[in-house]
Amino acid sequence: MELSAEPTAPATHLEVVEVSKAFGGTQALDGVSLAIAAGSVHALVGENGAGKSTLAKIITGVFPMDQGQLLLRGTPVSFGSPRDALEHGVAVVAQELALVPQLTVAENVFLGVEPRRAGFVRDRELGARFRRLTASSGFDLPADTQAGSLPLASQQQVEILRALARNAELIVLDEPTAALSGRESEQLHEIVRSLARAGRTVVLVSHFLREVLELSDTVSILRDGRLVRTSRSREETEASLISGMLGRSFSRTFPSKLLPDAKAAVSLDVRNVSAPGVHDVSLQVRSGEILGLAGLVGAGRTELARAVYGAVPVTSGTVVVGQRSVSGGPAASIRGGVAMIPESRKEEGLVARRSVRENVSLASLSLVQRFGFVRRREESSVVGEALALVDVRAAPSDSVVTLSGGNQQKVLFARALLAKPSVLIADEPTRGVDVGAKRAIYELIAGLAADGVGVLLISSEIEEILGLAHRILVIRGGRAVAELEGDAMTEGNILAAAFATATPAAPAA
Amino acid sequence: MTEDAQRTAVPPQESGAAGLAAGPESAGAPPSTSITGAARGRRAPLEWVAHGGILIPLVVTFVVLAAISPTFLHFTNLLNILDQQSAIMTVAAAGTLVLICGGLDLSVGATYALAGVTAAQLTQTAGPAVGIAAGLLLGLLVGLANGVIVTRFKINSLIATLAMSYVITGVATISTKGNLIVAFDHPEFQKFAATRIFGFTSASLIMILSVIVLAIVLGLTTFGRYVYATGGNSEAARLAGVRVNGTRIAAFAISGVAASLGGIIDASRTLSMQASSGGFLAFTVLAGIVVGGTSILGGEGAVWRTVAGCLFIAMVGNGFNLEGLDPFYQQITLGLILLAAVGIDAWSRGRQR
Repeated sequence: MELSAEPTAPATHLEVVEVSKAFGGTQALDGVSLAIAAGSVHALVGENGAGKSTLAKIITGVFPMDQGQLLLRGTPVSFGSPRDALEHGVAVVAQELALVPQLTVAENVFLGVEPRRAGFVRDRELGARFRRLTASSGFDLPADTQAGSLPLASQQQVEILRALARNAELIVLDEPTAALSGRESEQLHEIVRSLARAGRTVVLVSHFLREVLELSDTVSILRDGRLVRTSRSREETEASLISGMLGRSFSRTFPSKLLPDAKAAVSLDVRNVSAPGVHDVSLQVRSGEILGLAGLVGAGRTELARAVYGAVPVTSGTVVVGQRSVSGGPAASIRGGVAMIPESRKEEGLVARRSVRENVSLASLSLVQRFGFVRRREESSVVGEALALVDVRAAPSDSVVTLSGGNQQKVLFARALLAKPSVLIADEPTRGVDVGAKRAIYELIAGLAADGVGVLLISSEIEEILGLAHRILVIRGGRAVAELEGDAMTEGNILAAAFATATPAAPAA
Repeated sequence: MTEDAQRTAVPPQESGAAGLAAGPESAGAPPSTSITGAARGRRAPLEWVAHGGILIPLVVTFVVLAAISPTFLHFTNLLNILDQQSAIMTVAAAGTLVLICGGLDLSVGATYALAGVTAAQLTQTAGPAVGIAAGLLLGLLVGLANGVIVTRFKINSLIATLAMSYVITGVATISTKGNLIVAFDHPEFQKFAATRIFGFTSASLIMILSVIVLAIVLGLTTFGRYVYATGGNSEAARLAGVRVNGTRIAAFAISGVAASLGGIIDASRTLSMQASSGGFLAFTVLAGIVVGGTSILGGEGAVWRTVAGCLFIAMVGNGFNLEGLDPFYQQITLGLILLAAVGIDAWSRGRQR
């Protein structure tokens, strides 16, 4: 461990001292210390949930920290907001861009700091400043084009210019190339290098290890919210970085795995499915089997799940459930025996202001209706049974927003159970729920599989995939890149497949 | 004890959609009483106002008017209020469904006028039955068109129905050459709305029947559930297999039919109608729905609320008339009531964040 024990040398731009941050019960960062040298490119790497984005957000004032200190050129600072950070010369270019698409490039760059006189923007002065800025940074951007009409890479450049226009000296790039094509990310690499040459400090958060090794001077590896090590990039390799990320502490216990019958019928057969963000994926799930979909955030797992479920139309390929091919959207999928626990329960799962009962029965009202009328007594009894199965003790008439995250998730399981599916797609089923509820959800998933349901499980927590799945498919760039079974199901193999050859190459169209 | 339990146990959102029309909580109340009584937390007073709220000002206004105005409690006056409100409440009850499923129908005024003039015109050539049927059919077509435009072409319903209202008004103006259509020589057409049964006009009875039917459809059917789910969270509803677009189209179709029914009622009552008659109807109706407590953001509301909201506004107006107050103050009062209603809704939503 050769971490940043050296004292605040004058060359240190920003020093992070013993910073901790918890979200609810999860310790996202635990006493992390590192020093970012002025004029350097400093990369942060780690698997999903390792804490690198949290750290980036603390540095830029998005989140307050629970404990610890930030030293900016040796002086303690505390940022109340991103704006506050910006006033201290620290800017962030996030994955989700924050441009006003209708305004021109120049207007976006100087948004809020326009040169003005008596309330009117001095357009000529604005243009002149823009030209000076582009000349000094070497960016080639059209001043008067609408920002929204530019390709993504150029929009990112606009954001970087915006940071430079406010004299930012330390720029945090949070997964800047995740959405870029190969050529675009090459441009961005050039920009990162030129920023460093101009004496600015760049903090680079990235999943792409090759990119990290090429661009950065220093790299810090995070795991489980702790710093593993900070080292010179040229002393690292992709393999050494991955092995640094390995070995997350396995704190949870999982229900024992009941291996499915090898001769069990295929419940779900996905044949050469393509959809936005998904490229020619085939997979099979047997009755009683849990197939884990592993991969980095943004790799296309959710897109695949939504395509299989019919939430988005597939552009090619077929989805076969049992013997029948299913197409025609969620309603057809449910009739065909597929249920999905969506990734975001708030946005895609719950009807927030309606009761627990109505939320549970929503997908299965056809079972409890006669002549179009809901048979309330029947509904109450089946909903009661489903709630008992998932162990939610809230009153069925309670508004669903009053429940805890774990219970809300269980309500969605109750909805899925009621539809008596032969295939269950669970997308991040334990996101944002407490440890007890997690355990209960694991039991539910394992129990469903034991009852013969074929389960497609998506989780960004590798231990969940390892603990529950019978077989693992690793998704990268919208493709299935590896299938792991038996002894091959290890964290190392998953990470290697999820990161490997991780240049942000554009998927061939 | 039982009474207390009953009172605390009734979940505000689903407490009898048929409440006002069908009397106190219908006999088949869900057996969820025992668990709910304990589990339901205390509500802030203002939240009570937001949930059961409209009934309080309604009752207070009623009592105050009864106290200060000797004529108010007269049976004739009350029946009169009901009769005058028949068209508005019919349209508003249906509009409630559109609002709950996340839409807005501004074309009801134009549809009202188109159906009214069509019915009056056809009465003179083909008889009242054909006239009424044709008017209702037009309303259905307009509603379906609204629904398809809003769902398939993904045009914001406010704009789509506003545009539609210009088109319909234009069509009605052309077909009437801009004239007032009168059917004074066809008293049989008047029977549709002005027949007295037990003192009630047939217009009021049609309205009461429509309100009951719509309250049942919204409160007790699967379609009603889909309306709430669509407006509450349309993506969640879609992923749960609800045909969100079909639900929206049906709601607009119901609204169109109700608007035409309202127009036919008023044409029949007065034996006259013109293309511009629908003028402010869409906004009067919207005011009634929103004052009742149905959220403009969708997902929440009930037909009984709309009935209460419309009655409240009507009684305030009636009070101004009976007391001989300046009608301009009436409008100011209505404006303030509307702002208060929307404010309470926004506030109660903010609390649930």
